[in-house]
Amino acid sequence: MWKWLNSYADPERSYNLAGKLLPWLACLAIALIGVGTTWGLLFAPTDYQQGESYRIIFIHVPAASMSMMAYVSMAIASFIGLVWQIKAADWAAASIAPIGAVITFIALVTGSTWGKPMWGTWWVWDARLTSELVLLFLYLGVIALYASFEDKVLAARAAGILAIVGVINVPIIKYSVDWWSSLHQPATIKITEKSSMPMEMLMPLLINIFGFGVMIATITLVRYRTEVLARNGMRPWVRALATKEVAK
Amino acid sequence: MNRGISYTRAFTTLFMRDIKIAIRHRGDIFNPLLFFIMVVTLFPLGVGPEPQVLSRVAPGIIWVAALLASMLSLERLFKADYNDGTLEQMLLSPQPLPLLVLAKVLAHWVLTGVPLILVAPLLAVLLNLESNSYGALMATLALGTPVLSLLGAIGVALTVGLRKGGVLLSLLILPLYIPVLIFATSAIDASGMNLPYTPHLAIIGAILAGSLILAPIAIGASLRVSTN
Repeated sequence: MWKWLNSYADPERSYNLAGKLLPWLACLAIALIGVGTTWGLLFAPTDYQQGESYRIIFIHVPAASMSMMAYVSMAIASFIGLVWQIKAADWAAASIAPIGAVITFIALVTGSTWGKPMWGTWWVWDARLTSELVLLFLYLGVIALYASFEDKVLAARAAGILAIVGVINVPIIKYSVDWWSSLHQPATIKITEKSSMPMEMLMPLLINIFGFGVMIATITLVRYRTEVLARNGMRPWVRALATKEVAK
Repeated sequence: MNRGISYTRAFTTLFMRDIKIAIRHRGDIFNPLLFFIMVVTLFPLGVGPEPQVLSRVAPGIIWVAALLASMLSLERLFKADYNDGTLEQMLLSPQPLPLLVLAKVLAHWVLTGVPLILVAPLLAVLLNLESNSYGALMATLALGTPVLSLLGAIGVALTVGLRKGGVLLSLLILPLYIPVLIFATSAIDASGMNLPYTPHLAIIGAILAGSLILAPIAIGASLRVSTN
């Protein structure tokens, strides 16, 4: 099993595999986000307390939960890269970081536009908002550190260590609403218990969360492919690929 | 493998060496301290000298100034050793690297953290801090500043090989400082209202215990990356 998995650490094979997966994941992401967003924005019932403005949830919650998932994936990839010295994992971590930062930014912006009609303010310094902001800073730190090394092998290792240290923030974000009394509402989607949300609202939300995950995977693959090409520019297979592109 | 000298000996040797070097370059001790004092004196000029306002914001000011001072002084933690090759000798030595970096970080804390703790009550007087908050201020600084040195050293170790590490360093370590800042200021606020602040102290203590164990490993790994 390990032998089979290890063969994909080879840049060329992982590049081709990413290329093969890309159209499927892209179609799936467009379909899921399309269905989830249309359902959520047009057909889901109006909330009796928050009115129509609750519909931001269909963008905000997927972005927020996926911002944490992207960070954890980045940290896992960095860990694999650091421990087993697999360069493909380093490239994957480097490709996730900017996407995660954008998703975190989206979560913060949609959150504060939702906060304005509900709480009457754009921003409050409560635990969840602050820790999500810290997550954005951590992403920016990882990106800046990766960019500031000339040698990208070293850059990936340094950024990887920072990513792993920063992982401590993820459980803080996740449980901040339970640990501290916060203006932010507690979690409504639960895996083990019954969710405190009607089915007609929950379904489009879950579809969108899944869709955002697939979308992040898709964009990561695009960035991963460019990262592989950029780091392997001197390899014969990349040159062959380039000459083929020029000939076309 | 023959380690030559014992762990304790290696630890104290490196610790005393850093202290001696710092005593011979006294500026390294006093400049961050002066910076700390000056930043604190800027705030009353900025927000106005009303005693009520000052005593309300005093814990935050002292702690933010302590964060900045610690960050400023950290920048040189590994720089000289990196430039003259001592750091490479440390990495090559048979002693465990986390032990050696712990000695360096501890020396750094003794040289910059402890003077900061000693001068803090004086600044608290200037800022008109609530009289029952002094114990909490000292306790949070005593538990919190070692955490700042330990977490900051990770960032320093990551950026020591870079020419323009300064701004990057703040981007890397300030997010990691935020939890300490939150718990420390909320402890001081709680004590000002005569509420128990031991839970906050316990959390800072837990952060200290965790980072005391894990940070040296991360610092060691980062140094190996930086020196390649």
